[in-house]
Amino acid sequence: MSTVLAGQETVAATGSATAVTQPGRRRRLSRKWRRALVAYAFLLLPVGFYAVFMILPWIQTIVLSFYNWDGIGTKTGAGFSNFVHVFSDPQLRVAVVHAFELMLYFCVIPIVSALFLTALITGPRRPHWTFTRAVLFLPQVLPAVAVAVIWQWMYGENGFINQALRWVGLGRVAQPWLASFTWAFPAVGLVGSWITLGLCLAFFIAGAQRIPIELYEAIATDGGGRLRQFRWVTLPHLRGEIVIAATVTAISAMSAFDIVFVMTGGGPGVASIVPGLLIYQLAFTAFNVGQASALAVVLSLLVLLVITVLRLAGRERS
Amino acid sequence: MTTRLEWLGTRAVMLFALLSIVIPLLVIATTALEPPGSLNTGLSWPAHPHWGNFVSAWSVAGFSTLMRSSVIVCIGVVPVGVVLATCAGYAFGTIDFPGKRVIFAGLMIGLAVPYEAIVIALYYNLKSVGLTNTYLSVILPLIGAFMPFGAFWMRNHFAHTPVALIEAAQMDGASDLTILTKVLLPNSRAALSTLAVLYFTWTWNQFLLVLIMIQDPARETAPLGLALFVGQYTTNLPLLSAGTLIVIAPVMIVYMFFQRQFIAGLAHGAIKG
Repeated sequence: MSTVLAGQETVAATGSATAVTQPGRRRRLSRKWRRALVAYAFLLLPVGFYAVFMILPWIQTIVLSFYNWDGIGTKTGAGFSNFVHVFSDPQLRVAVVHAFELMLYFCVIPIVSALFLTALITGPRRPHWTFTRAVLFLPQVLPAVAVAVIWQWMYGENGFINQALRWVGLGRVAQPWLASFTWAFPAVGLVGSWITLGLCLAFFIAGAQRIPIELYEAIATDGGGRLRQFRWVTLPHLRGEIVIAATVTAISAMSAFDIVFVMTGGGPGVASIVPGLLIYQLAFTAFNVGQASALAVVLSLLVLLVITVLRLAGRERS
Repeated sequence: MTTRLEWLGTRAVMLFALLSIVIPLLVIATTALEPPGSLNTGLSWPAHPHWGNFVSAWSVAGFSTLMRSSVIVCIGVVPVGVVLATCAGYAFGTIDFPGKRVIFAGLMIGLAVPYEAIVIALYYNLKSVGLTNTYLSVILPLIGAFMPFGAFWMRNHFAHTPVALIEAAQMDGASDLTILTKVLLPNSRAALSTLAVLYFTWTWNQFLLVLIMIQDPARETAPLGLALFVGQYTTNLPLLSAGTLIVIAPVMIVYMFFQRQFIAGLAHGAIKG
């Protein structure tokens, strides 16, 4: 769009449509650079803030990952040893594995559930479900610290989960879930599902509302039911939205911090440790800055890898 | 018959989904009204609701100070962040210049990098210039951190405004600043308010950065105060619940008024690009 704009500008600038002469071309070139200077001026502060407070520290973190440093004394070169530790140290390895497992809770469960809900509420007839959508979206907006406190109560010994289990006669499995080596991690993960479900649903409803109704009617006249409509109309049309939802939720899964910090602190033991929390602990309570940086670099690379894979998967099939 | 069953089934599933969101919120609300010292965090209406818990939580956790800090940080981030995002969006959305693709791609990387990978060096940088433990140590990094989304959002908005509008102004000899402020911005109310509301929420909710930068209790923001409050008063659950609701209240109110903008910004915004 902006190329078109620039082209029309130059026509306007040269005025009457005379043949393109040498001075005309030079003038056009200088005008192009004048426009560029305006753009750079507009970008100076925004890009400056971004460079100083995002890109620069990120690069510095990469540099720090090749050193051993306690944050105060002198740095000593560490080669790749910090990176070796990420994969050889059991605690660090567990955290990285958990980052991938969190994608089950932050991406797979919410996307599948949201697709199911979308299949139910979209199709040939289109009620708006505005209220439901607004409520389901709410957890996305709340402070994660508050969400973590709420779910601490839910999972507590006298919390709602145990209360509900007793109601249906399953009182003997009731337990303080966040204190369990087996259940603490899935419990935290499901809070991730709770947070991202509404976002996925909003993506899919927005996409589904753009599908022409005729496509559903065509399947219906062929005698196809809701399932066929979903399989052959809704799902293929939502491919782009699914890739975006997966990308956004994968990023939030792998960089999860707040809810884990408040709900379990990574415990019991390292049962619910995640890279984000471990990076914080290594850098700011254990003062092993180099090791924290190496884990941060590995995490960044894993996120970029996952995003790239998702993009390729989305492109290949469409 | 099947359609009726279908209709009922749909309602039932949607009701279940609604309850899964609403019940946790009801739990925190009813727990906040339990008598102080109660250990009940299930779902039941307390016999004698203790509304006074909110007052005690406010004073015990020092919410006057926490709220003030949160408001100061929001005032520091939102206006500057939105103005700078608008500038970036104008450049990316309406001007063609060398390096545009590269600079824009570089900005978009910021949407993917885990913030944990940035705060380590960021902390030592700000410490070396004596900025840690100040509001600026939260405000400045957040303006930078939100820039990728802001620039992306405003670029999409400006790229969709009619070219003729800008051309007409240029023929009249209007400068870029005039075009932006007099021609484009009056038509950008919705885009700007959505961005401002999102920036406000993200700033209000920010936890990791504040946890690392701020040690002085007088400068803690509401979520950090809540997290530390939870750590200290583990036995007084009603008080903690009341505190949690106090921290939630501002974003909840904003969400009630701007619900459409939130969903448009986060869901539709990403799809457009």
